[in-house]
Amino acid sequence: MKHIFIFGIALVLFTACNSGNEQRTLPILGNRVVVGDTLGLSGLAATYDTGAAIGDTLYPIIPDFAFVDQDSQVVTNATFKGKIYVADFFFIHCPTICPKVKANGLRIYKKYENDDRIVLLSHSIDVKNDTVAALKRHAEKLGIQTNRWHLVTGDHDAIYGIADDYFSVATENPDAPGGFDHSGRLILVDKNKHVRSFCNGTDAEDVDRFMKDIDVLLAEQFGSK
Amino acid sequence: MKNLKCPARGNGDSNQTHRTLSARFNSCAVLGIFLLLLLSACGGTSYAEGERLYKTHCANCHMDDGVGLSALIPPLAGSDFLAAERERLPCILRHGLKDTIQVNGRQFAEEMPGVPTLSAVHVTNILNFINHNWGNQQPPYRLDEVERLLEQCE
Repeated sequence: MKHIFIFGIALVLFTACNSGNEQRTLPILGNRVVVGDTLGLSGLAATYDTGAAIGDTLYPIIPDFAFVDQDSQVVTNATFKGKIYVADFFFIHCPTICPKVKANGLRIYKKYENDDRIVLLSHSIDVKNDTVAALKRHAEKLGIQTNRWHLVTGDHDAIYGIADDYFSVATENPDAPGGFDHSGRLILVDKNKHVRSFCNGTDAEDVDRFMKDIDVLLAEQFGSK
Repeated sequence: MKNLKCPARGNGDSNQTHRTLSARFNSCAVLGIFLLLLLSACGGTSYAEGERLYKTHCANCHMDDGVGLSALIPPLAGSDFLAAERERLPCILRHGLKDTIQVNGRQFAEEMPGVPTLSAVHVTNILNFINHNWGNQQPPYRLDEVERLLEQCE
């Protein structure tokens, strides 16, 4: 009797884990708003889909952008149309966390190297030094393909502004090592420009969890392959 | 151990002396075991400071396991540079590196920042940690050797 009881518990636990994993849905991150008479969308810090009706719940989206990558190609939202992508902020001569974030980014890159449903996008926050040529050189040394991992530069304010939309910190600080403060987050964006997950890019275990989230999102948005 | 003086508690008749002796023995034994543990702890983690400093100053780029990053940051684990440039390493830690170097047959040209605040003891401990980890088996640096090499930095 006792054995059957333990077996029963084990079975319940086992199936609980299984179903939990398969049916897990990633939340849409950020402050949602309900369109109402009193709450207009103008004046909000984040960007939301427009054209909503009163009573609709809106989630923040990554606003339109246009940056230039290591191959001098313009990278915009359209580049990621129908794809999900992983974004981060870095600079080449970063003496602190960037190499670790890049090493973990490389793990993601290698895992999905032949999967064109997902792309990586790294924004340089050192717009003065990280020229297209410098980014090109950096990409070659990392051993990455441009169409799989865009390293972008652009207008100073545009880069620093969009960091907020990715829930990331990017500020210039002469007292910080290398001259910049920034978070080492990796951010997962879905096909609809919603942020769905993020992790600490310096923490390999957190990145393991994040890669599971990527698989969950791929299954949600593309069906199981 | 013989010279350790453990405090005796109480003094009085023979019965009490017996108890005191056993109490003394117990506290001595506890102290002895404690000291032994401390000693073995020291023995087992002789690269503890090197490891701590490595994590603070080096691991962000060379990684916790010393593998480096692609063609950007050279590996320290299994690196032939450690033996080939042994005499230069203390100065590289303190003052950085700007030349292009060869590590295990590959070229690395990125600039490495130095850590000027590292003392000779720090440098010695970091180098010995690197030299005895991840399969590395380089002869240890002595402090006087590192001090001499640091004086010759360009």
